[in-house]
Amino acid sequence: MATQVTTTNGTAAGEDLLVVEDLEKHFPVTRGIVFQKQVGAVRAVDGVSFRVREGETLGVVGESGCGKSTMARCIMRLIDPTGGRVVFRGRDITNLSRADMRPIRRELMMIFQDPYASLNSRKRVGFIVAEALEVHKLGTDAEIKRRVQELLEVVGLNPEHYNRFPHEFSGGQRQRIGVARALAVNPKLIVCDEPVSALDVSVQAQILNLLKDLQKEFGLTYIFIAHDLNVVRHISDRVAVMYLGKIKEYAPRNQLYDAPKHPYTGALLSAVPIPNPELGRLRKPIVLEGDVPSPLNPPAACNFHPRCPRFQPGHCDVEPPPLYPFGDGQFAACHYPLERWPLNEDEMRNPAQAAAVSGATQTTP
Amino acid sequence: MSLLDVRELRTSFRTDDGVVKAVDGVSFSVEKGQTLGIVGESGCGKSVTCLTIMGLNNRRNTITSGEALFNGEDLLTMSSRRLREIRGNDVAMIFQDPMTSLNPVHKIGRQLVEAILLHRDVSKKVAQARALELLKAVGIPRADRRIDDYPHQFSGGMRQRVMIAMALVNDPDLLIADEPTTALDVTTQAQILTLMSRLQQEFGSAIIIITHDLGVVAEVAHEVVVMYAAQIVERGTADSIFSRPHHPYTWGLLGSLPRLDADVERLVQIPGQPPSLLNPPRGCRFHPRCPYVMDICRADHPDLLPVTADPEHLQRCHLDEETKDREAEKLLAGTLAQAQAQVRTG
Repeated sequence: MATQVTTTNGTAAGEDLLVVEDLEKHFPVTRGIVFQKQVGAVRAVDGVSFRVREGETLGVVGESGCGKSTMARCIMRLIDPTGGRVVFRGRDITNLSRADMRPIRRELMMIFQDPYASLNSRKRVGFIVAEALEVHKLGTDAEIKRRVQELLEVVGLNPEHYNRFPHEFSGGQRQRIGVARALAVNPKLIVCDEPVSALDVSVQAQILNLLKDLQKEFGLTYIFIAHDLNVVRHISDRVAVMYLGKIKEYAPRNQLYDAPKHPYTGALLSAVPIPNPELGRLRKPIVLEGDVPSPLNPPAACNFHPRCPRFQPGHCDVEPPPLYPFGDGQFAACHYPLERWPLNEDEMRNPAQAAAVSGATQTTP
Repeated sequence: MSLLDVRELRTSFRTDDGVVKAVDGVSFSVEKGQTLGIVGESGCGKSVTCLTIMGLNNRRNTITSGEALFNGEDLLTMSSRRLREIRGNDVAMIFQDPMTSLNPVHKIGRQLVEAILLHRDVSKKVAQARALELLKAVGIPRADRRIDDYPHQFSGGMRQRVMIAMALVNDPDLLIADEPTTALDVTTQAQILTLMSRLQQEFGSAIIIITHDLGVVAEVAHEVVVMYAAQIVERGTADSIFSRPHHPYTWGLLGSLPRLDADVERLVQIPGQPPSLLNPPRGCRFHPRCPYVMDICRADHPDLLPVTADPEHLQRCHLDEETKDREAEKLLAGTLAQAQAQVRTG
């Protein structure tokens, strides 16, 4: 994790493809028209660290406004971070100039959320997919055309639709075009920002299967951003849970879903509806009160404390919790982590009681 | 008598390309205090069904037939004056996108008061008190101050609460919610669903909830209608639909949900796209996408028939019961494990 990251120039630690250290993006809030004065900052991303290994999928979940997309844009250098480092294949790309960045852009691609807004409606599909190839001058016109038709076939579209416009396609097909565009220059890492949340469930399954197949075929690495916990579980190897610009929990998939440590992760998991009425009636979700606070003025110390069922006054609102390790690569930023899972509501609210119960039950099975 | 009884509802739109049959012979009923869930992909006619019941389609290009009896009165043929009396009073609707359905230039208090004054002969002061009471009921913190805020000052979840408050101003007997939680995060969704079921218990209203999220339907609905290409393909109680689905399309929907018991390499996917309603396929409308397609499916349009074991459960498929039992069993073995894993965690 962040604390052990020691990357020296040129060599990435182990097989890490991407290392993000203390990434920060603060948007200034100014007042005044002629003499602008900064009166505050929206802390959209506030000290995020993680690493992504080659060939794996890192899932990022969180509610809207938690900074997932801003983080993705910082990694892509679509916006410049205000602090921290992004190290891609051993090279610090945080402060590279546009010209130095260009060859690296070939290896970093992005798939966007809205398949209606992310394709230029005045350009033909062939042009949209070929644009990156042309920018990077990868081949003659004939070669590019062949490559584009090949790509359309790979993502399950008819290569003869080369000359159609985006509006002639359905939402799922458009998202396939977005995938083909991202694949065109043989990238190493694809950042997928909510690629299926605008799609129907049956189409969503098609795109998820496609992304998984392509990963196997081309050895791709994904950062997969979504708010749907089921989708993230399906596609990810490791998962980071974000809340108000900070990572709250970071763990291999099975640990996170079977034994969450952070109360926020627990609340998120318990809120997912179950497609089975009988079992659904047995379940008692932990309903969080209120909304995500404004990142303009985030709560002190642990920023989850105003909504946390385990809030302990005098501790959680005074001392910010670091990412405590829980073994097997699981980390959670909480002073009172969940002792076990599932917890009933009383245990959720009362850490000491749950500890006693878990001590008693842990010996039995 | 049911609160709402919809019989053979058909809605067509005249467009430049021809007549689109958006709803084609849909029948269902809703009892008092019950929740009906309507599921299906986008464009299958879920929303148009409800807009037709509410009389909200553009009259100029819409052709409607059938009956929608609300307390015995046909909503489709009544005068627009009587319909206006019922709408917002006895029947209310919650729309999907709260940002576009609230008026951005008026304070939310004023918008609530307007809805009360339209249907009640009360003073402005009483209406204001009622508006405040409702905002408190839907759980808006500091309601007395927020009543003077504009919609843009509310978050998505709070706006949806305002929409619910507005729908409830006159204690409706029937509440139609069109994708009420689709734009929301899972924690906010849990809050809104809890709120809706609490209000249902308090006011005893009937609810029709339209959604494409089978999880949400399983959570709140007593009865479920599955729609595909403008028609009902399966209808029954929530328990029977989820424990023993009869139509390959329902299987596809259930199978395409990512599972929480993990480690399925591939999701079941329904191949292809929903058909165009301008020119729906001959025979069974699902046959081009159905993995179990037989010759009869291409030629013969199946009727919506009761299942032998359960006359309340209707389905529209030619497949024999034996094959269905086997296939549904296979599918449910997976989803049941998933759901159980999830209950364990909840």
